[in-house]
Amino acid sequence: MEEKEYSDIYGNTITLQQQSYSDTCQDFTITSSKVSIRSLTTWTCVVWIIAYVLFVCTQQTAVLTVAILFSIVGLLLYLHLVKVDHESLLILGSLGIQRTSTYASGRENTVFIEMCRVQDVVINEGISMHRVNYYLCLLLKDPSDPQAGVSQVIPVFQSCQPRLDCLVEVYRSCQEVLAHRNKVAS
Amino acid sequence: MAIKIFFPTSCSAAESGLLIGRWMEEHRSAVILATLQFPFIPASVKRHLSQLEQVTGMSLSVLGTWSHSKAEADEKMENFLGELSSIFKHQPWLRMARETTSKFWDCRIESLEDGASEDVVLVYYDQRKVMLSELHSASEHSEIAAMFNTVAKNQLLFANDKYDEGPVRLTHWQSEGMEASIIVELGKQASVPMCAVLSFFVSAITSICSLRVLSGKPLSFLWNKLSTFEQLGNRLENLRIISSAEKAQDHVTFMSSLLAGYIRLMSPFIEVILWYIGLSACLGLSVALSILSDIIALLTFHIYCFYVYGASASNTGVNMTLHVMYFFLLQLFLGTLLFTILLFLLPTTALYYLVFTLLRLVMIVVQGVIQMTIDLLSTLPFYALLLRLCRSYRLAAGVKFQMLEQKSGKPLRLLMQINPLPYGQVLQTYRLPSRRCYPKDSWGSLCKKLFIGEVIYPWKQKDKQH
Repeated sequence: MEEKEYSDIYGNTITLQQQSYSDTCQDFTITSSKVSIRSLTTWTCVVWIIAYVLFVCTQQTAVLTVAILFSIVGLLLYLHLVKVDHESLLILGSLGIQRTSTYASGRENTVFIEMCRVQDVVINEGISMHRVNYYLCLLLKDPSDPQAGVSQVIPVFQSCQPRLDCLVEVYRSCQEVLAHRNKVAS
Repeated sequence: MAIKIFFPTSCSAAESGLLIGRWMEEHRSAVILATLQFPFIPASVKRHLSQLEQVTGMSLSVLGTWSHSKAEADEKMENFLGELSSIFKHQPWLRMARETTSKFWDCRIESLEDGASEDVVLVYYDQRKVMLSELHSASEHSEIAAMFNTVAKNQLLFANDKYDEGPVRLTHWQSEGMEASIIVELGKQASVPMCAVLSFFVSAITSICSLRVLSGKPLSFLWNKLSTFEQLGNRLENLRIISSAEKAQDHVTFMSSLLAGYIRLMSPFIEVILWYIGLSACLGLSVALSILSDIIALLTFHIYCFYVYGASASNTGVNMTLHVMYFFLLQLFLGTLLFTILLFLLPTTALYYLVFTLLRLVMIVVQGVIQMTIDLLSTLPFYALLLRLCRSYRLAAGVKFQMLEQKSGKPLRLLMQINPLPYGQVLQTYRLPSRRCYPKDSWGSLCKKLFIGEVIYPWKQKDKQH
């Protein structure tokens, strides 16, 4: 297993783990940065200061209760629905490609795409505001109509958002596996 | 391209024998459905498989041999298994071997057309879950869909297992649950005395409830008197409100007291009405809710009338045509006087309109909530949601693979699990068609209608003919 450190588009450190089971079976896992204790403290303090100011103005203790519930429920929802701990891409040359996002609470979101639907893996560039973001995406085709071209685009590593150098590494290995598949098929 | 072998986890502990399954040439994968134990007669195995094929319409064959050696490899057994490929001819011929001490199995593939050696990917699957689940959004070319279809169509194969007497002795998911079925049988035996005890308790509780002491004279008499006093008090209060000479403090308190008086007048009927609503609930909750909605509309009919009156009173100048008229001085003076009176009356009428519009809006919101509940009750797919909650593998969105421990030189090991359909998609797929008509108004047009005093309806207005 190889492990390398990269940075995402905001400059945070992410780690790329690459595990090669065989020529046609590769697993990439990008672990994003953990929740920093500083931002957690900042957010809690902001909520509490606002709640305390409101309490001083209104003299209602319900405000403080609401603030406690808000911060606890908010943190739980953030860990369960928003914060992605790691994302992985499993390429099985003979079966398909599987994309998994694991949230900080342990919830997993998995999508498996069969090889007959995969047309190609490419690095795409998207422009948002003043920034050019590179992202890896899977191009899917309709297996019943192979001449129709790309029917769907599925971006991967959407939450970790690694920079180009990390993406190129993943892209090369993906292309190797796909080339192996095409060579056998032809 | 590597050859994939889908292997049921329930067969991994089976004794040595033959592998029965289906070979899918277009995907180059083998779906193992069961293992066949010794002893067997080759002719009867072939006959059994062809009988199954006639019923299911799907070709089944002996794909290879399975050897499960407890201790060191048995040379004689190996030779015997090797000779079986000449009896059951199949291309390719699988040779799977497992040692009890090792997690890693040997898979060899013989008699391929081109003679080349191929990689093998071993995919374990839970046969029972795959058989029962229904795959959503799968295309016809999909390998996974073909595999699910194969397992689901061959249910007949799972009808008899190695514990049954017969020409063939198979191991598959059914042979796993024998211990559990004993527990079920014990449960069935125990259920009769349990039911007797329960019914005894229930009858004891009923007999306590129906004792004459509770329905005796003093209790019912007191109850009657209490309700009579309450009714009398209510009537007196009504009379006092209606005949009171003191002025109400303002419009809102006057309105609320009017409403309270109305409810008190209605109170003897409300009990009966509620009873009939409760009676109608035996036809279903949606019927009871619909009747409740209608009764609310009837009881608040006066609000509707006042509201329509107020709206139409403030909405007389709808056709904005300009008429040029010349008046005498006296006529002009009279007109100015009337206009001044109307102008000073404007706050009063505006308040009247405001109060009844607000009441009307509250009624519309209440009825809308009831309507939405009825709609939800009649379109929500309860069975699909329950299936998703309790048996999440029954509704499958796809599959997911988990890499198991690997060892170089041995086939790749994967575990295939079923990816359940998300709740949102369950609702979308299984939701019954709704026949509810939504009002077309947007929020902006609703506010405009309220402001200029047009009557608003909670239901969809029919297109005006003229």
